[in-house]
Amino acid sequence: MSATDNDNVREPDTALAVAADVRAGRRTAVAVLDEHLARIAKRDGEIHAFNLVLTDQARAAAAEIDRRVATGDDPGPLAGVPIALKDNMCTRGIPTTCSSKILEGWRPPYDATVVQRLAAAGAVVVGKTNLDEFAMGSSTENSAFGPTRNPLDVSRVPGGSSGGSAAAVAAGFATVALGSDTGGSIRQPAALCGVVGVKPTYGLVSRYGLVAFASSLDQIGPFSHTVADAAALLEVIGGHDPMDSTSIPQPFPDVSSMLERGVDGLRIGRITDLPAGADPDVIARLDEAFTVLEKAGARIVEVTVPAFTYGLTAYYLIAPAEASSNLARYDGVRYGLRVDAPDTTRMMHASRTAGFGAEVKRRIMLGTYALSAGYYDAYYGKALKVRRLIAQDFARAYEHADVLLTPASPSVAFAFGAKGDNPLAMYLCDVYTIPTNLAGHPGMSVPFGSGADGLPVGVQLLAPALGEPVMFQVAAELERSRR
Amino acid sequence: MSSPNTPPPGGSTIGADEVAHVARLARLDLTADELARTTAQLAGIVAHFHDIDALDLAAVEPMTQPYPLVNVLRDDVVRPCVDRDEVLANAPLADDRRFAVPPILDSDDPDASVSR
Repeated sequence: MSATDNDNVREPDTALAVAADVRAGRRTAVAVLDEHLARIAKRDGEIHAFNLVLTDQARAAAAEIDRRVATGDDPGPLAGVPIALKDNMCTRGIPTTCSSKILEGWRPPYDATVVQRLAAAGAVVVGKTNLDEFAMGSSTENSAFGPTRNPLDVSRVPGGSSGGSAAAVAAGFATVALGSDTGGSIRQPAALCGVVGVKPTYGLVSRYGLVAFASSLDQIGPFSHTVADAAALLEVIGGHDPMDSTSIPQPFPDVSSMLERGVDGLRIGRITDLPAGADPDVIARLDEAFTVLEKAGARIVEVTVPAFTYGLTAYYLIAPAEASSNLARYDGVRYGLRVDAPDTTRMMHASRTAGFGAEVKRRIMLGTYALSAGYYDAYYGKALKVRRLIAQDFARAYEHADVLLTPASPSVAFAFGAKGDNPLAMYLCDVYTIPTNLAGHPGMSVPFGSGADGLPVGVQLLAPALGEPVMFQVAAELERSRR
Repeated sequence: MSSPNTPPPGGSTIGADEVAHVARLARLDLTADELARTTAQLAGIVAHFHDIDALDLAAVEPMTQPYPLVNVLRDDVVRPCVDRDEVLANAPLADDRRFAVPPILDSDDPDASVSR
């Protein structure tokens, strides 16, 4: 890893440490921010984690945090914590691009709920991070503004679609970050960049102000260096929001209190009919994770999830179908790119053709096909039934296991262009993450050793709906075992 | 087009005519090269979809979302919403507090929804 600059990332700050120091006056939010901005200035030209660095706004926000601390006020549980936001979360008056030319220059007239909650908790937004256009991809190569490089090996992808957020945390550009996960877009880049990434239960974190990709699957979640930071961040952004009608009407469960409980007596499930295709180094780390948990007192049980293997098909019918509908709003009329033409229909054609990249067009067409007359029942209708099967199979598995363990990604970070011009090869990156989104359950990736070429491997933990407390309980044990 | 309940012709693949049709439905223009490449890519993806043909789904209820939600309603009370000027500032073209678009009637495009 000759390209690695480990000087900057050897001792990563945690959000909990930063907030404790800032609240106690031991460090200033401005000083913490400046350390991060210095790393960005030094290295983001190479990494390209950010579409936009908010230097002035972040300095003003940090100075305000320090002012409040100086007057005896408590700015909140994330006081002075530098955070990066995936550039598909609305920030009022600040460009939000989804890494698409069709939204270049758009300034949202409101903040996403998660952005409001972060501000209320004292966090400092350092910038908007790069992604695969409209979150469609697994490598961040589909960005209209160029790819993000993996900070651990710049010849490789950071994963995707939240590759910019994962890279920002891994490179020390931000202490923590938010991403969105529709089919694995938090967990897979977390695995490839060696950080923690969590996809919460559908409905636990408000989607208000998250630019929609596939509304029944999208969920916002954290990236962090530690399990405890992920828990703290989730407790800030989670909980009911009347602005999102799919938001679960109850407070976010207490996750942080679970971290020191150990795993004695818990049942950890190994899925015996998991789709093949994971590299041997990834399988070896997974096996070690089971061993670690067994030694810590957990019982390993074998379960089957027969429909797991059909997740890819169900997902690539349902997600593009929802996307084709959601992305119909980009028509050159109210915001974003307009390419002039003699009449409105031609203007819409010209604007969408110029504004969307190849993968987004492909998924819009795939979804339009799946929903079109004559094909609806054969494709979309069938996919919805497979989705039910997957949820039922998981429910049966969770009668025997508290948490399931799988690989997060079939391989470590791969080289740019490795998936070539074959969309299916890229889609297979998410084979282990997708079924959870279809079921609406939580999942997370925890760094667990390294694989080929010394690159990080992530183990994925899955739990039933609202199973975040036990999922974090097990994640913390895996993390402890690596210290 | 066939009726909504007819299975796909041949049950297996997608051709250039269908890709051109869905592109038009989705308001996207494809060059001849793009049409050929997209057809090949989508055909590869659609071929993979037939793995679910092995499943007996007759008795399975479709699942459109993770939780059995019903309508979520709120009291019909006026509340503040986003600022009109801020919204219109994002418009490619605005005219007198409205979004402005090119003519919608004077079109010879086959997609035009209004016939002359």
